[in-house]
Amino acid sequence: MIELRDVYKDFGKLRVLKGINFTIAKGQVVTLIGPSGSGKSTILRCINLLERPTKGQVFIEGKDITQPKADVQSIRKDIGMVFQLFNLFPHMTVMENMTYAPIKVNRQTKAAAEEKAMELLKLVGLTDKATAYPGKLSGGQKQRIAIARALAMEPKIMLFDEPTSALDPEMVKEVLEVIKGLAHTGITMALVTHEMGFAREVSDRICFIDDGQIVEDNTPEAFFAHPETERARAFLEKVL
Amino acid sequence: MKLDFSCVWQYWPFLYHGAILTLKMTAICAVFGFLLGVLLSLVKLSTWKPLIWFGRFYTSIFRGTPLLVQLCIVHFGLPQLLGVTFTTTQSGILTFSLNSAAYISEIFRGGIQGVDKGQYEAAQSLGIGYRGMMKDIIIPQAIKHILPSLVNEAIALLKETSILSYIGAVELLRAADQITVMSFRFFEPYLVIALIYYIFVMILSVLANRLERWVNRSDRAA
Repeated sequence: MIELRDVYKDFGKLRVLKGINFTIAKGQVVTLIGPSGSGKSTILRCINLLERPTKGQVFIEGKDITQPKADVQSIRKDIGMVFQLFNLFPHMTVMENMTYAPIKVNRQTKAAAEEKAMELLKLVGLTDKATAYPGKLSGGQKQRIAIARALAMEPKIMLFDEPTSALDPEMVKEVLEVIKGLAHTGITMALVTHEMGFAREVSDRICFIDDGQIVEDNTPEAFFAHPETERARAFLEKVL
Repeated sequence: MKLDFSCVWQYWPFLYHGAILTLKMTAICAVFGFLLGVLLSLVKLSTWKPLIWFGRFYTSIFRGTPLLVQLCIVHFGLPQLLGVTFTTTQSGILTFSLNSAAYISEIFRGGIQGVDKGQYEAAQSLGIGYRGMMKDIIIPQAIKHILPSLVNEAIALLKETSILSYIGAVELLRAADQITVMSFRFFEPYLVIALIYYIFVMILSVLANRLERWVNRSDRAA
């Protein structure tokens, strides 16, 4: 479970988040949509403290992770994150990318970590790439590996920060299929995406963010059919 | 003008031992300089102001004064101050390592800062701690980019060990000096050691080239 309580974030003089309150129940899939610069990614990054809120609290499984004494590192290993630009480790093979953290952070044996990694490679359809270096993979393959790497830590929460924005159009589908396969399997998911069709299909809820605030929080059916707010309506008119 | 290299062959053992000392000093100081340099670069990249100031001060001192003067302070000056004497080798290792660390830390700082921010974020999001992140994720990538600069530093170090002759260490240059004294021939011994330095530098370059290819294997391997 994820809860944000009155979260503010300033970058210098710029106030990016202006009092965010929301909860994602265990196993739920919530998509944040909104214009660029609205603060969607910043919200996501506050959930695993890649950005520290200027004010407000973030609770993960009921624990306040924003309090000074919180063990950020051990909280993060339960929260997988997938980035727009993949961020695979270029000097490690796919297998090393996927087993480094399980071995070093979760203290798994190499054999156990590699077995789990092969399982996940099967899930994302890339078993033949185990010994390849990221430089030899296509964008879509990189992102599927990045998802598999995050899953290798067996996280309770997965954050997807525009996972298909940097991909060529023909590779978007293979990545979305993998994400869709994860939805409603018990993992709590928060994602930022511009794929409206996908958001409608996969989400339990849509949060529409504009100017650092949650303007609308609705079911996908209701949000896309009859958005309640003028701002959401204007946004949807532009993107659909 | 007639060249006679017989003096060089006659006193060959001098040059041989000199060359060994030159290589030994280079190797030891390269390793210490490298390790200290990495540490110092992390000091400079820390978020604690006094540490950063220390790092900057350290570097400015070692870059801002001649290496030979530093060597004299360590070898002739410190014994007076501390009452302990160093052998020429000890003074050499101390001075060259500290000096090299200053330069290497600057190279490293640039290399580390050149690693994409996303790499830190990916490591952090996987729960990897600072030590593991720097050691296994960031620094290996930084080294890849700065390897040519590190090789330059090693080559400079190799050549700079010649100033150890000033404090009396019998490395290559001093060995040649001794031959000149005994044989009254100057051109030949100095020419031969110049050649030896050159060969060493060439070997180092070839090895560095191989190392570079090995480090970049992730760019090529299918």
